[in-house]
Amino acid sequence: MSQATPQSIKDYGTIVYPALMLLVFFAIPFGIMIAVSFFQRDPAGFYTVDFVWSNYERFLSTFFAKILGFSVGLAVLVSIICTAISFPFTFLLTRLSRPAQVVWLVGILSVLSLSEVIIGFSWSSLFSRTAGLTNILVSLGIMDEAVSLYPSFGAVLTAMVYQALPYTILVLYPSLARFDLSYVEAAKTMGASPFRAFMNVMIPIQRNTIVATLIMVFVFALGSYLLPQILGRPSHWTLSVLITDQAIYQSNMPFAAAMAVFLVLISLALIGLTLLVGKEGGGQK
Amino acid sequence: MRFWNYLFLFLIAGFLLLPLVVVFGVSLNEKQSLTFPPEGFSLAWYGQIFTDPEWRSALFNSLFLAIGSAFLSISIALPLSWFLWRWYAPWANIFRLLGVAPFILPPVITALGFLTFWATSGFYGEPWTAIISHGIFFVTLPLVTTTLGFTSIDRSVIEAASTLGANERTVFRTVIFPLILPYLISGFAFTFVLSLNEYIVAYMSVGFTMETLPIKIFNALRYGYTPTMAAVSFLFVAVAAVIFAVVARFGDLPKLLGNHSGADK
Repeated sequence: MSQATPQSIKDYGTIVYPALMLLVFFAIPFGIMIAVSFFQRDPAGFYTVDFVWSNYERFLSTFFAKILGFSVGLAVLVSIICTAISFPFTFLLTRLSRPAQVVWLVGILSVLSLSEVIIGFSWSSLFSRTAGLTNILVSLGIMDEAVSLYPSFGAVLTAMVYQALPYTILVLYPSLARFDLSYVEAAKTMGASPFRAFMNVMIPIQRNTIVATLIMVFVFALGSYLLPQILGRPSHWTLSVLITDQAIYQSNMPFAAAMAVFLVLISLALIGLTLLVGKEGGGQK
Repeated sequence: MRFWNYLFLFLIAGFLLLPLVVVFGVSLNEKQSLTFPPEGFSLAWYGQIFTDPEWRSALFNSLFLAIGSAFLSISIALPLSWFLWRWYAPWANIFRLLGVAPFILPPVITALGFLTFWATSGFYGEPWTAIISHGIFFVTLPLVTTTLGFTSIDRSVIEAASTLGANERTVFRTVIFPLILPYLISGFAFTFVLSLNEYIVAYMSVGFTMETLPIKIFNALRYGYTPTMAAVSFLFVAVAAVIFAVVARFGDLPKLLGNHSGADK
Protein backbone atom coordinates (compact mmCIF):
# COMPACT_ATOMS: atom_id res chain seq x y z
CA MET A 1 0.00 0.00 0.00
CA SER A 2 2.27 2.74 -1.21
CA GLN A 3 1.15 6.30 -1.71
CA ALA A 4 -1.02 6.67 -4.81
CA THR A 5 -3.08 9.51 -6.23
CA PRO A 6 -6.73 9.23 -5.20
CA GLN A 7 -8.63 7.38 -7.95
CA SER A 8 -12.34 7.52 -7.23
CA ILE A 9 -14.65 9.94 -5.44
CA LYS A 10 -14.72 7.45 -2.57
CA ASP A 11 -11.00 7.96 -1.95
CA TYR A 12 -11.62 11.60 -1.12
CA GLY A 13 -14.18 10.61 1.52
CA THR A 14 -12.01 11.06 4.58
CA ILE A 15 -10.81 14.54 3.76
CA VAL A 16 -14.27 16.02 3.14
CA TYR A 17 -15.18 16.56 6.79
CA PRO A 18 -11.84 18.01 8.03
CA ALA A 19 -11.56 20.19 4.92
CA LEU A 20 -15.10 21.53 5.38
CA MET A 21 -14.53 22.24 9.06
CA LEU A 22 -11.31 24.15 8.42
CA LEU A 23 -12.78 26.09 5.52
CA VAL A 24 -16.05 27.00 7.24
CA PHE A 25 -14.64 27.71 10.69
CA PHE A 26 -11.19 29.05 9.94
CA ALA A 27 -10.84 30.29 6.35
CA ILE A 28 -14.29 31.94 6.26
CA PRO A 29 -14.01 33.70 9.65
CA PHE A 30 -10.60 34.93 8.56
CA GLY A 31 -12.05 36.20 5.29
CA ILE A 32 -14.95 37.89 7.08
CA MET A 33 -12.49 39.58 9.41
CA ILE A 34 -10.55 40.99 6.45
CA ALA A 35 -13.81 42.17 4.87
CA VAL A 36 -14.98 43.78 8.13
CA SER A 37 -11.76 45.80 8.27
CA PHE A 38 -13.12 47.76 5.29
CA PHE A 39 -16.61 48.20 6.74
CA GLN A 40 -18.10 51.14 8.62
CA ARG A 41 -18.60 51.07 12.32
CA ASP A 42 -22.20 50.84 13.50
CA PRO A 43 -22.32 52.02 17.13
CA ALA A 44 -25.67 50.28 17.66
CA GLY A 45 -24.74 46.90 16.22
CA PHE A 46 -21.53 45.42 14.92
CA TYR A 47 -20.88 47.10 11.55
CA THR A 48 -22.45 48.23 8.27
CA VAL A 49 -21.21 46.90 4.96
CA ASP A 50 -19.11 49.40 3.05
CA PHE A 51 -15.68 49.81 1.51
CA VAL A 52 -13.56 52.43 3.24
CA TRP A 53 -9.89 52.80 4.05
CA SER A 54 -10.55 54.96 7.10
CA ASN A 55 -9.93 52.13 9.59
CA TYR A 56 -6.46 51.69 8.21
CA GLU A 57 -5.88 55.44 7.99
CA ARG A 58 -6.83 55.84 11.62
CA PHE A 59 -4.37 53.14 12.53
CA LEU A 60 -1.55 55.03 10.85
CA SER A 61 -1.63 57.82 13.41
CA THR A 62 1.15 58.71 15.84
CA PHE A 63 -0.80 57.29 18.79
CA PHE A 64 -1.03 53.84 17.25
CA ALA A 65 2.44 54.07 15.78
CA LYS A 66 3.71 54.48 19.33
CA ILE A 67 1.78 51.43 20.53
CA LEU A 68 2.97 49.40 17.58
CA GLY A 69 6.54 50.53 18.28
CA PHE A 70 6.19 49.58 21.94
CA SER A 71 4.66 46.16 21.13
CA VAL A 72 7.40 45.35 18.64
CA GLY A 73 10.17 46.59 20.94
CA LEU A 74 8.82 44.56 23.86
CA ALA A 75 8.51 41.42 21.72
CA VAL A 76 12.08 41.87 20.41
CA LEU A 77 13.41 42.22 23.94
CA VAL A 78 11.49 39.14 25.13
CA SER A 79 12.68 37.03 22.20
CA ILE A 80 16.34 38.02 22.70
CA ILE A 81 16.28 37.35 26.46
CA CYS A 82 14.42 34.04 26.05
CA THR A 83 16.70 32.76 23.29
CA ALA A 84 19.84 33.79 25.18
CA ILE A 85 18.69 31.84 28.25
CA SER A 86 17.08 28.91 26.45
CA PHE A 87 19.86 28.05 24.04
CA PRO A 88 22.43 26.95 26.64
CA PHE A 89 19.62 25.59 28.83
CA THR A 90 18.10 23.42 26.11
CA PHE A 91 21.54 22.22 25.07
CA LEU A 92 22.23 21.04 28.64
CA LEU A 93 18.73 19.53 28.77
CA THR A 94 19.32 17.38 25.68
CA ARG A 95 22.55 16.04 27.25
CA LEU A 96 20.70 14.72 30.31
CA SER A 97 19.56 11.10 30.53
CA ARG A 98 16.26 10.28 28.83
CA PRO A 99 14.31 9.82 32.10
CA ALA A 100 15.65 13.14 33.42
CA GLN A 101 14.63 14.83 30.18
CA VAL A 102 11.10 13.45 30.60
CA VAL A 103 10.80 14.97 34.09
CA TRP A 104 11.98 18.36 32.80
CA LEU A 105 9.65 18.18 29.80
CA VAL A 106 6.60 17.41 31.96
CA GLY A 107 7.42 20.47 34.06
CA ILE A 108 8.06 22.69 31.06
CA LEU A 109 4.81 21.59 29.37
CA SER A 110 2.89 22.29 32.57
CA VAL A 111 4.29 25.82 32.75
CA LEU A 112 3.66 26.26 29.02
CA SER A 113 0.00 25.34 29.44
CA LEU A 114 -0.50 27.89 32.22
CA SER A 115 -3.13 30.43 31.35
CA GLU A 116 -1.87 33.95 30.80
CA VAL A 117 -4.36 34.92 33.50
CA ILE A 118 -2.68 32.61 36.00
CA ILE A 119 0.82 33.77 35.04
CA GLY A 120 -0.33 37.38 35.48
CA PHE A 121 -1.94 36.56 38.81
CA SER A 122 1.09 34.72 40.22
CA TRP A 123 3.58 37.41 39.16
CA SER A 124 1.34 40.11 40.55
CA SER A 125 1.53 38.21 43.86
CA LEU A 126 5.31 37.94 43.58
CA PHE A 127 5.61 41.65 42.88
CA SER A 128 3.08 42.64 45.55
CA ARG A 129 3.85 44.17 48.90
CA THR A 130 2.06 41.54 51.00
CA ALA A 131 3.11 38.28 49.33
CA GLY A 132 6.02 39.50 47.28
CA LEU A 133 9.72 39.03 46.74
CA THR A 134 10.65 42.20 48.60
CA ASN A 135 9.57 40.49 51.85
CA ILE A 136 12.49 38.13 51.41
CA LEU A 137 14.86 41.06 50.98
CA VAL A 138 13.43 42.65 54.12
CA SER A 139 13.93 39.47 56.16
CA LEU A 140 17.51 39.27 54.88
CA GLY A 141 18.03 42.84 56.03
CA ILE A 142 18.76 44.18 52.54
CA MET A 143 15.65 46.34 52.42
CA ASP A 144 13.90 48.28 55.16
CA GLU A 145 10.32 47.92 54.04
CA ALA A 146 8.43 45.72 51.58
CA VAL A 147 7.30 47.56 48.46
CA SER A 148 5.12 46.83 45.48
CA LEU A 149 7.10 46.31 42.27
CA TYR A 150 4.20 46.68 39.89
CA PRO A 151 2.72 48.16 37.75
CA SER A 152 6.00 48.63 35.92
CA PHE A 153 7.76 47.79 32.69
CA GLY A 154 10.08 45.38 34.53
CA ALA A 155 7.09 43.43 35.85
CA VAL A 156 5.59 43.11 32.37
CA LEU A 157 8.93 42.05 30.91
CA THR A 158 9.63 39.44 33.61
CA ALA A 159 6.20 37.84 33.26
CA MET A 160 6.44 37.81 29.46
CA VAL A 161 9.86 36.15 29.58
CA TYR A 162 8.35 33.62 31.99
CA GLN A 163 5.48 32.97 29.60
CA ALA A 164 7.69 32.63 26.51
CA LEU A 165 10.54 30.65 28.07
CA PRO A 166 8.91 27.17 27.93
CA TYR A 167 7.83 27.88 24.37
CA THR A 168 11.39 28.88 23.40
CA ILE A 169 12.82 25.73 24.97
CA LEU A 170 10.38 23.52 23.06
CA VAL A 171 11.14 25.32 19.78
CA LEU A 172 14.88 24.74 20.24
CA TYR A 173 14.57 21.23 21.61
CA PRO A 174 14.23 19.18 18.38
CA SER A 175 17.22 20.68 16.58
CA LEU A 176 19.49 20.68 19.64
CA ALA A 177 18.52 17.08 20.42
CA ARG A 178 19.61 16.03 16.94
CA PHE A 179 22.81 18.05 17.03
CA ASP A 180 25.92 16.02 16.30
CA LEU A 181 28.33 16.60 19.16
CA SER A 182 31.42 15.48 17.24
CA TYR A 183 32.15 19.05 16.08
CA VAL A 184 32.35 20.24 19.67
CA GLU A 185 34.37 17.16 20.63
CA ALA A 186 36.82 17.92 17.82
CA ALA A 187 37.25 21.48 19.05
CA LYS A 188 37.84 20.22 22.58
CA THR A 189 40.39 17.67 21.38
CA MET A 190 42.24 20.49 19.70
CA GLY A 191 42.47 22.28 23.00
CA ALA A 192 39.44 24.60 23.16
CA SER A 193 37.80 25.03 26.55
CA PRO A 194 34.18 23.81 26.75
CA PHE A 195 33.01 27.42 26.86
CA ARG A 196 35.03 28.40 23.79
CA ALA A 197 33.95 25.29 21.92
CA PHE A 198 30.35 26.22 22.68
CA MET A 199 30.73 29.85 21.61
CA ASN A 200 32.96 29.37 18.57
CA VAL A 201 31.71 26.06 17.16
CA MET A 202 28.22 25.32 18.46
CA ILE A 203 26.69 28.78 18.07
CA PRO A 204 27.91 29.46 14.50
CA ILE A 205 26.70 26.02 13.37
CA GLN A 206 23.30 26.64 14.94
CA ARG A 207 23.02 30.17 13.58
CA ASN A 208 19.92 29.47 11.49
CA THR A 209 18.18 27.68 14.34
CA ILE A 210 18.84 30.68 16.56
CA VAL A 211 17.49 33.16 14.02
CA ALA A 212 14.39 31.02 13.45
CA THR A 213 13.82 30.76 17.20
CA LEU A 214 14.18 34.51 17.68
CA ILE A 215 11.49 35.12 15.08
CA MET A 216 9.11 32.42 16.37
CA VAL A 217 9.36 33.75 19.93
CA PHE A 218 8.91 37.28 18.64
CA VAL A 219 5.59 36.33 17.01
CA PHE A 220 4.58 34.45 20.18
CA ALA A 221 5.40 37.46 22.39
CA LEU A 222 3.53 39.77 20.03
CA GLY A 223 0.39 37.83 20.98
CA SER A 224 0.62 38.65 24.68
CA TYR A 225 -2.44 40.62 25.72
CA LEU A 226 -3.23 40.07 29.39
CA LEU A 227 0.15 40.48 31.10
CA PRO A 228 0.57 44.13 30.03
CA GLN A 229 -2.94 44.78 31.39
CA ILE A 230 -2.42 43.05 34.72
CA LEU A 231 1.17 44.09 35.42
CA GLY A 232 1.67 47.29 33.44
CA ARG A 233 0.35 50.81 33.15
CA PRO A 234 -1.81 51.84 30.19
CA SER A 235 1.39 53.09 28.54
CA HIS A 236 2.58 49.46 28.49
CA TRP A 237 -0.42 48.19 26.57
CA THR A 238 0.33 46.27 23.40
CA LEU A 239 -1.42 46.00 20.06
CA SER A 240 -3.20 42.80 21.16
CA VAL A 241 -4.68 44.62 24.16
CA LEU A 242 -5.86 47.42 21.91
CA ILE A 243 -7.47 45.04 19.44
CA THR A 244 -9.42 43.35 22.23
CA ASP A 245 -10.34 46.71 23.71
CA GLN A 246 -11.64 48.08 20.40
CA ALA A 247 -13.55 44.89 19.55
CA ILE A 248 -15.23 44.34 22.91
CA TYR A 249 -15.37 47.55 24.92
CA GLN A 250 -15.51 50.17 22.15
CA SER A 251 -17.60 47.88 19.88
CA ASN A 252 -15.54 49.07 16.94
CA MET A 253 -15.11 45.82 15.05
CA PRO A 254 -13.96 47.36 11.76
CA PHE A 255 -11.10 49.19 13.47
CA ALA A 256 -10.16 46.12 15.53
CA ALA A 257 -10.20 44.03 12.34
CA ALA A 258 -7.96 46.51 10.53
CA MET A 259 -5.40 46.29 13.35
CA ALA A 260 -5.65 42.50 13.33
CA VAL A 261 -5.05 42.36 9.57
CA PHE A 262 -1.97 44.51 10.09
CA LEU A 263 -0.77 42.15 12.84
CA VAL A 264 -1.31 39.19 10.50
CA LEU A 265 0.82 40.86 7.82
CA ILE A 266 3.70 41.47 10.27
CA SER A 267 3.49 37.90 11.57
CA LEU A 268 3.30 36.34 8.10
CA ALA A 269 6.26 38.38 6.89
CA LEU A 270 8.31 37.16 9.85
CA ILE A 271 7.20 33.55 9.51
CA GLY A 272 8.12 33.71 5.82
CA LEU A 273 11.52 34.99 6.85
CA THR A 274 11.92 32.02 9.23
CA LEU A 275 11.16 29.55 6.45
CA LEU A 276 13.65 31.31 4.19
CA VAL A 277 16.36 31.18 6.85
CA GLY A 278 15.58 27.51 7.49
CA LYS A 279 15.84 26.62 3.80
CA GLU A 280 19.14 28.33 3.16
CA GLY A 281 20.76 26.83 6.21
CA GLY A 282 23.10 23.90 5.93
CA GLY A 283 24.87 22.90 9.10
CA GLN A 284 22.11 20.97 10.81
CA LYS A 285 19.96 18.35 9.25
CA MET B 1 28.43 17.73 33.72
CA ARG B 2 30.18 20.39 35.66
CA PHE B 3 29.01 22.32 38.69
CA TRP B 4 28.18 25.51 36.79
CA ASN B 5 25.95 23.63 34.39
CA TYR B 6 23.94 22.18 37.24
CA LEU B 7 23.74 25.56 38.91
CA PHE B 8 22.34 27.04 35.69
CA LEU B 9 19.73 24.28 35.37
CA PHE B 10 18.84 24.75 39.03
CA LEU B 11 18.36 28.52 38.58
CA ILE B 12 16.04 28.02 35.60
CA ALA B 13 14.05 25.43 37.54
CA GLY B 14 13.77 27.96 40.37
CA PHE B 15 12.55 30.68 38.03
CA LEU B 16 9.93 28.37 36.52
CA LEU B 17 8.77 27.13 39.91
CA LEU B 18 8.83 30.42 41.84
CA PRO B 19 5.31 31.64 40.92
CA LEU B 20 3.88 28.18 41.54
CA VAL B 21 5.39 28.04 45.03
CA VAL B 22 3.92 31.43 45.92
CA VAL B 23 0.52 30.59 44.45
CA PHE B 24 0.46 27.31 46.38
CA GLY B 25 1.47 29.11 49.59
CA VAL B 26 -1.17 31.79 49.19
CA SER B 27 -3.86 29.18 48.52
CA LEU B 28 -3.26 27.70 51.98
CA ASN B 29 -3.92 30.93 53.90
CA GLU B 30 -6.40 30.60 56.69
CA LYS B 31 -7.81 34.11 56.42
CA GLN B 32 -9.02 35.75 53.26
CA SER B 33 -5.76 37.51 52.54
CA LEU B 34 -2.92 37.05 50.12
CA THR B 35 0.00 36.78 52.48
CA PHE B 36 3.12 34.77 51.88
CA PRO B 37 4.39 32.79 53.69
CA PRO B 38 0.80 31.68 54.50
CA GLU B 39 -0.72 32.48 57.90
CA GLY B 40 -2.32 29.39 59.34
CA PHE B 41 -3.26 26.40 57.24
CA SER B 42 -6.53 25.76 55.49
CA LEU B 43 -7.78 23.86 52.48
CA ALA B 44 -11.05 25.80 52.56
CA TRP B 45 -10.24 27.72 49.36
CA TYR B 46 -9.94 24.47 47.46
CA GLY B 47 -13.32 23.45 48.86
CA GLN B 48 -14.80 26.73 47.71
CA ILE B 49 -14.07 25.89 44.05
CA PHE B 50 -16.57 23.07 44.36
CA THR B 51 -19.10 24.56 46.81
CA ASP B 52 -19.37 28.17 45.62
CA PRO B 53 -21.95 28.11 42.79
CA GLU B 54 -20.05 30.64 40.65
CA TRP B 55 -16.69 28.90 40.84
CA ARG B 56 -18.32 25.52 40.39
CA SER B 57 -20.19 26.59 37.28
CA ALA B 58 -16.97 28.08 35.87
CA LEU B 59 -15.22 24.78 36.56
CA PHE B 60 -17.93 22.80 34.77
CA ASN B 61 -17.92 25.24 31.86
CA SER B 62 -14.19 24.78 31.48
CA LEU B 63 -14.41 20.99 31.61
CA PHE B 64 -17.31 20.98 29.13
CA LEU B 65 -15.30 23.18 26.78
CA ALA B 66 -12.03 21.27 27.15
CA ILE B 67 -13.55 17.82 26.61
CA GLY B 68 -15.77 18.96 23.73
CA SER B 69 -13.02 20.80 21.90
CA ALA B 70 -10.50 17.98 22.39
CA PHE B 71 -12.93 15.52 20.76
CA LEU B 72 -13.67 17.97 17.97
CA SER B 73 -10.03 18.66 17.13
CA ILE B 74 -9.25 14.92 17.14
CA SER B 75 -12.18 14.32 14.79
CA ILE B 76 -10.67 16.84 12.35
CA ALA B 77 -7.00 15.91 12.76
CA LEU B 78 -7.25 12.13 12.45
CA PRO B 79 -8.96 11.83 9.03
CA LEU B 80 -6.89 14.72 7.68
CA SER B 81 -3.52 13.29 8.69
CA TRP B 82 -4.65 9.82 7.57
CA PHE B 83 -5.59 11.15 4.14
CA LEU B 84 -2.28 12.99 3.77
CA TRP B 85 -0.40 9.85 4.73
CA ARG B 86 -2.46 7.41 2.66
CA TRP B 87 -2.71 9.36 -0.58
CA TYR B 88 -0.34 11.32 -2.71
CA ALA B 89 -2.17 14.64 -3.00
CA PRO B 90 0.09 17.69 -2.63
CA TRP B 91 -2.86 20.11 -2.92
CA ALA B 92 -4.29 18.70 0.29
CA ASN B 93 -1.38 20.18 2.21
CA ILE B 94 -3.27 23.47 2.08
CA PHE B 95 -5.54 21.96 4.75
CA ARG B 96 -2.56 21.02 6.89
CA LEU B 97 -1.48 24.65 6.60
CA LEU B 98 -4.99 25.84 7.57
CA GLY B 99 -4.84 23.54 10.57
CA VAL B 100 -1.47 24.86 11.74
CA ALA B 101 -2.08 28.57 11.01
CA PRO B 102 -4.24 29.46 14.04
CA PHE B 103 -1.51 28.21 16.33
CA ILE B 104 1.32 30.17 14.74
CA LEU B 105 -0.42 33.54 14.42
CA PRO B 106 -0.99 35.67 17.53
CA PRO B 107 -4.13 34.23 19.18
CA VAL B 108 -5.93 37.56 19.23
CA ILE B 109 -6.27 37.29 15.44
CA THR B 110 -8.02 33.91 15.53
CA ALA B 111 -10.12 35.18 18.43
CA LEU B 112 -11.24 38.25 16.49
CA GLY B 113 -11.93 36.07 13.44
CA PHE B 114 -14.30 33.96 15.54
CA LEU B 115 -15.92 37.02 17.10
CA THR B 116 -16.74 38.52 13.70
CA PHE B 117 -17.86 35.13 12.39
CA TRP B 118 -20.24 34.31 15.26
CA ALA B 119 -21.55 37.88 15.30
CA THR B 120 -22.17 37.82 11.54
CA SER B 121 -23.85 34.42 11.57
CA GLY B 122 -26.03 35.36 14.53
CA PHE B 123 -24.83 32.56 16.82
CA TYR B 124 -22.83 34.83 19.11
CA GLY B 125 -23.22 33.75 22.72
CA GLU B 126 -24.18 30.11 22.16
CA PRO B 127 -22.06 27.79 24.36
CA TRP B 128 -21.33 25.38 21.48
CA THR B 129 -19.61 28.13 19.51
CA ALA B 130 -16.83 28.05 22.11
CA ILE B 131 -16.32 24.33 21.48
CA ILE B 132 -16.00 24.88 17.75
CA SER B 133 -13.69 27.86 18.28
CA HIS B 134 -11.37 25.91 20.57
CA GLY B 135 -11.61 22.76 18.47
CA ILE B 136 -10.35 24.68 15.43
CA PHE B 137 -7.87 26.80 17.37
CA PHE B 138 -6.15 23.75 18.89
CA VAL B 139 -6.44 21.36 15.91
CA THR B 140 -2.71 21.94 15.36
CA LEU B 141 -1.80 19.82 18.37
CA PRO B 142 -3.47 16.51 17.42
CA LEU B 143 -2.57 17.25 13.79
CA VAL B 144 1.11 17.37 14.70
CA THR B 145 1.01 14.30 16.96
CA THR B 146 -1.02 12.12 14.56
CA THR B 147 1.14 13.17 11.59
CA LEU B 148 4.17 12.11 13.62
CA GLY B 149 2.38 8.85 14.43
CA PHE B 150 1.64 8.07 10.78
CA THR B 151 5.21 8.80 9.66
CA SER B 152 6.47 6.33 12.25
CA ILE B 153 4.36 3.50 10.78
CA ASP B 154 6.37 1.11 8.64
CA ARG B 155 4.49 0.87 5.35
CA SER B 156 5.66 -2.70 4.77
CA VAL B 157 3.52 -3.79 7.74
CA ILE B 158 0.47 -2.41 5.94
CA GLU B 159 1.62 -4.13 2.75
CA ALA B 160 1.86 -7.42 4.60
CA ALA B 161 -1.62 -7.05 6.05
CA SER B 162 -3.22 -6.35 2.68
CA THR B 163 -1.26 -9.18 1.04
CA LEU B 164 -2.80 -11.47 3.63
CA GLY B 165 -6.23 -10.36 2.46
CA ALA B 166 -7.23 -7.58 4.84
CA ASN B 167 -9.27 -4.84 3.23
CA GLU B 168 -8.63 -1.14 3.87
CA ARG B 169 -11.11 -0.94 6.73
CA THR B 170 -9.69 -3.99 8.49
CA VAL B 171 -6.14 -2.72 8.05
CA PHE B 172 -7.12 0.58 9.65
CA ARG B 173 -8.95 -1.07 12.52
CA THR B 174 -6.44 -3.80 13.35
CA VAL B 175 -3.06 -2.34 12.34
CA ILE B 176 -3.10 1.43 11.91
CA PHE B 177 -5.43 2.42 14.73
CA PRO B 178 -3.55 0.58 17.51
CA LEU B 179 -0.26 2.06 16.27
CA ILE B 180 -1.69 5.57 16.13
CA LEU B 181 -3.61 5.41 19.41
CA PRO B 182 -0.83 6.75 21.72
CA TYR B 183 -0.38 9.75 19.42
CA LEU B 184 -4.14 10.28 19.37
CA ILE B 185 -4.31 10.21 23.15
CA SER B 186 -1.44 12.66 23.56
CA GLY B 187 -3.05 14.99 20.99
CA PHE B 188 -6.24 14.80 23.03
CA ALA B 189 -4.35 15.48 26.26
CA PHE B 190 -2.52 18.50 24.84
CA THR B 191 -5.76 20.01 23.52
CA PHE B 192 -7.62 19.30 26.76
CA VAL B 193 -5.00 20.97 28.97
CA LEU B 194 -4.48 23.99 26.73
CA SER B 195 -8.21 24.50 26.24
CA LEU B 196 -8.71 24.39 30.01
CA ASN B 197 -6.32 27.32 30.36
CA GLU B 198 -7.11 29.33 27.25
CA TYR B 199 -8.51 32.82 27.73
CA ILE B 200 -8.70 35.07 24.68
CA VAL B 201 -10.43 32.81 22.15
CA ALA B 202 -12.98 31.65 24.73
CA TYR B 203 -13.55 35.20 25.92
CA MET B 204 -14.00 36.67 22.46
CA SER B 205 -16.29 33.91 21.20
CA VAL B 206 -18.52 33.33 24.21
CA GLY B 207 -17.11 35.26 27.20
CA PHE B 208 -20.22 37.11 28.28
CA THR B 209 -22.57 34.16 28.37
CA MET B 210 -20.27 31.33 29.42
CA GLU B 211 -17.69 32.08 32.08
CA THR B 212 -14.83 29.57 32.01
CA LEU B 213 -12.29 29.43 34.86
CA PRO B 214 -9.63 31.66 33.24
CA ILE B 215 -12.35 34.21 32.42
CA LYS B 216 -13.71 33.94 35.95
CA ILE B 217 -10.22 34.47 37.42
CA PHE B 218 -9.60 37.51 35.24
CA ASN B 219 -13.00 39.02 36.07
CA ALA B 220 -12.37 38.35 39.77
CA LEU B 221 -8.95 40.08 39.51
CA ARG B 222 -10.71 43.40 38.97
CA TYR B 223 -12.57 43.17 42.27
CA GLY B 224 -9.49 42.27 44.26
CA TYR B 225 -7.67 39.06 44.95
CA THR B 226 -9.01 36.08 46.82
CA PRO B 227 -7.16 32.91 47.86
CA THR B 228 -9.68 30.93 45.77
CA MET B 229 -7.94 32.25 42.66
CA ALA B 230 -4.67 30.89 43.97
CA ALA B 231 -6.30 27.55 44.73
CA VAL B 232 -7.77 27.30 41.22
CA SER B 233 -4.45 28.29 39.67
CA PHE B 234 -2.56 25.64 41.60
CA LEU B 235 -5.19 23.02 40.83
CA PHE B 236 -4.76 23.78 37.12
CA VAL B 237 -0.98 23.32 37.21
CA ALA B 238 -1.40 20.09 39.12
CA VAL B 239 -3.93 18.76 36.58
CA ALA B 240 -1.61 19.70 33.69
CA ALA B 241 1.40 18.06 35.35
CA VAL B 242 -0.55 14.85 36.02
CA ILE B 243 -1.86 14.66 32.45
CA PHE B 244 1.57 15.23 30.90
CA ALA B 245 3.11 12.70 33.29
CA VAL B 246 0.51 10.15 32.13
CA VAL B 247 1.30 10.97 28.50
CA ALA B 248 5.00 10.47 29.28
CA ARG B 249 4.23 7.16 31.03
CA PHE B 250 2.39 5.69 28.06
CA GLY B 251 4.11 7.46 25.20
CA ASP B 252 7.56 8.71 24.25
CA LEU B 253 7.41 12.36 25.34
CA PRO B 254 10.85 13.40 23.99
CA LYS B 255 9.93 11.89 20.61
CA LEU B 256 6.53 13.63 20.61
CA LEU B 257 8.37 16.90 21.12
CA GLY B 258 10.77 16.26 18.27
CA ASN B 259 13.73 14.42 19.82
CA HIS B 260 14.24 11.62 17.30
CA SER B 261 17.58 10.43 18.62
CA GLY B 262 17.67 6.90 20.00
CA ALA B 263 15.78 6.03 23.16
CA ASP B 264 18.89 4.47 24.73
CA LYS B 265 20.64 7.69 25.68
